[in-house]
Amino acid sequence: MATAFYLMRRLALLVASLIASSALVFFLLRLLPGDLAQARLGIYGTPEALNQLREEYGLDRPLTTQYFSWLSNAIRGDLGSSILTGADITSELLSKATVTLPLIGIASLLAVFFAVPLGMLAALRRRKWDGIAVSTVSQLGIAVPTFWIGVIFVTMFAVQTQAFPPGGFPFGGWADFGGAVKSLVLPACTLAFAQGAVLMRFARSATIDVIQQDYFRTARATGLSRAGALRVHGIRNAMVPVVSVLGIQISTLIVGAIIVESVFALPGIGQMLLQDVSVRDYTKVQGTVAFITALVFAVSFSVDLLLGVLNPRLRNQ
Amino acid sequence: MLLQVRGLTVRFGDDVVVDDVSFDLDSGQRLGIIGESGAGKTLTSLAVIGLLPDTASVQGSIVFDGVELLEKTDAEMTLLRGNRIGMVFQEPLTALNPLMRVGRQIAQPLRIHRGMRMKAALDRATELCARVGLPDPERMARMFPHQLSGGQRQRIGLAIALACGPSLLIADEPTSALDVTVQEEVLKLIDGLVKQEGSSLVFVSHDLPVVATMTERVAVMRGGKIVELADTRDLLDSPRHEYSQLLIRAANSSDDDFLNLARLGKT
Amino acid sequence: MKQRNSTLVIGASLVGFSIAVFLLSFFWTPYDPLEIKPELSLTRPSAAHWLGTDENGRDILSNIIVGSRATLVVAMVSVMICMLLGVSIGVATAMSPKWVESPAVFGVDILLALPTVLLAIVLTAVYGPSTSTAVVAIGLALSAPVAQVTRREVKSILLADYVTAAKTSGSGSLRIVRKHILPNLRASLFVQASGASAIAILAEATLSYLGFGTPPPDPSWGRMMASLQQYLIVAPIFPLWPGLAIVITVLGFNLLGDGLREALDPTLRRQTD
Repeated sequence: MATAFYLMRRLALLVASLIASSALVFFLLRLLPGDLAQARLGIYGTPEALNQLREEYGLDRPLTTQYFSWLSNAIRGDLGSSILTGADITSELLSKATVTLPLIGIASLLAVFFAVPLGMLAALRRRKWDGIAVSTVSQLGIAVPTFWIGVIFVTMFAVQTQAFPPGGFPFGGWADFGGAVKSLVLPACTLAFAQGAVLMRFARSATIDVIQQDYFRTARATGLSRAGALRVHGIRNAMVPVVSVLGIQISTLIVGAIIVESVFALPGIGQMLLQDVSVRDYTKVQGTVAFITALVFAVSFSVDLLLGVLNPRLRNQ
Repeated sequence: MLLQVRGLTVRFGDDVVVDDVSFDLDSGQRLGIIGESGAGKTLTSLAVIGLLPDTASVQGSIVFDGVELLEKTDAEMTLLRGNRIGMVFQEPLTALNPLMRVGRQIAQPLRIHRGMRMKAALDRATELCARVGLPDPERMARMFPHQLSGGQRQRIGLAIALACGPSLLIADEPTSALDVTVQEEVLKLIDGLVKQEGSSLVFVSHDLPVVATMTERVAVMRGGKIVELADTRDLLDSPRHEYSQLLIRAANSSDDDFLNLARLGKT
Repeated sequence: MKQRNSTLVIGASLVGFSIAVFLLSFFWTPYDPLEIKPELSLTRPSAAHWLGTDENGRDILSNIIVGSRATLVVAMVSVMICMLLGVSIGVATAMSPKWVESPAVFGVDILLALPTVLLAIVLTAVYGPSTSTAVVAIGLALSAPVAQVTRREVKSILLADYVTAAKTSGSGSLRIVRKHILPNLRASLFVQASGASAIAILAEATLSYLGFGTPPPDPSWGRMMASLQQYLIVAPIFPLWPGLAIVITVLGFNLLGDGLREALDPTLRRQTD
């Protein structure tokens, strides 16, 4: 029963957060000076055409009304249409998502796969040279901007060796499966490198924390080696902070994806967002940011659930 | 001679924290190590079981059952820990893994040293729960540490340490973190178990009356050194070092009954 | 047992180096960074131009030196904003009654969920790309984590006995803040400021790379990387220089923050392994 209550509270918080953040972005964007109808029609803006456009997009109604009508549509999955092209936002988002979401997914898996064991190694051997070396690399890893890593990867693997394409995505999308995968390798590795460096630091400090716990000492007193004690007792305990950091990292992952898509010219959500921002297509920006924040909140909600599973003591809160 | 410690010295950099400590312990004997915080008692016991921090440097000799422990690698020591040498620690709250059921934690040494499968080890763990005096052992074994009381957790700690029937049990302040009422029960339990197994006991504490009831010989430590090593009764009746005298005077003024019982030879 | 805090030393040196370059930019550069010499386009590093020239024949070294201005100015100003905002909100919410605190915490959480760069991009959509937009956006976005951490710390300070004593002896809230809370926060604030600086610098570089930061002609490391990227096939080494500049500066602040935390944390545990 306590678990159900906990879930309900978290869900309510999730919904409230979604509403609040979309409202924030909505009203922020509407601070745009200039007449949107005018911007769209340009020299073809006769007074009748302008009024018609305004009515169509509800630009003549008070702001709060506009927001609520947007919100009620958004809940049903309709994010409206682009004010500049009239195209349906939701369908465009979904088609671009077929590039961005796999990118993020692969990158996260890669990052965790490398970061957790490396972090534990760095902790176990933190006074020996290999542990220190791994730590140093991760320090560098977090200081390096993602786009720089991308540029280096492009230089090394696409320009010098031609093994992977330096950018772009097959025209037919995932229909060309091999081509699509090849296009995502370098971008995913770039993203994974940046994320992995951060995760590794957390895995390392979480593991050191475990090593300094009394129960670790008890485990050693029963005849486990350091690595053995970590394996039996440490992994679950060390995973708790790592998982919660992953949840927080989702927003950095998304920003990272935006950057990586720019470096590698991938037709994903990030690229689309950047374009829309430069042409001030505010309805699309609104829809895209709402989608992104919904994704962020959904992920952190799931992470909270996962944490509840991992740590039985949290269930009673 | 089960355990022979000669000239044990432990340093952290330039800091000498255990200074030329020597003592013997025969099979079935019990030795108490007493002193205030920072006297080096815990570090001495950690040195025996080989769990000093990496930053410590150790010199001297620790011979256990004819083998020099200080020459052994960590991998070699893991064969002894939890198997021939068991250790119980002070803080029952933090000494157990909060995310693992206690039965499984008792099962660990059995799986490591006796090669038992999980099911068999868990069954044996339940038996051990009964042996350390826990009521309803099947239910207890499935609990998480935070669901148990301090005294119960310490019993689990004992079960873990004694699971493989070690010849030497090291108890580092096992009752100091417990309520006074529970202390006596746990002490009785340790006393009984050690007698049953025929193990030797090294009992570390800052509490003289407690040590006095549990052991036949006592080493008094101060500033890393052993200032006096004697039979318990001799120490209580006629302490030679002035520090020992200080300890006894202090204990006397607060705990008459306990000490008198000790004098009458409760061991 | 005093251990040499090498992290702090290295971090401080790197930061000092960056600041030195920043100051240097006002007095001297090898060449005028803006001077276009098409005939010298994309020359390799040489005695005349230590780091080579870009596609317009401009000296890269001079551009990097002057580029430090955009980076450090944005970093310093946005960190000031986020610290002022974040600490005030953090302290205020920690000391407010529940009905004020809960919605405020909720608001901060919302802001936390919006990534820094994303918020900056949105603001750029509204106000157009410029250094000030970047500064405000980064400062706003970073104030959220600062507020959150500060709030938690203040709450734990409030639980201390000496604060309770001060309250019972009638000290007003403002006095408590001044005499007890701020002094105890000082260490953590330094650490947070270093960390925030590192993030701000990375954010500014990223924004510039994407075209949303400092607009031309003012040199900016991020923008340099973007423009030099197009010529990778011809000159793979060029994007290395602005990238290196960014890495050194960010690394410096990161290490400085880590070193400060090590130096100022009195509770270091030493346990068995």
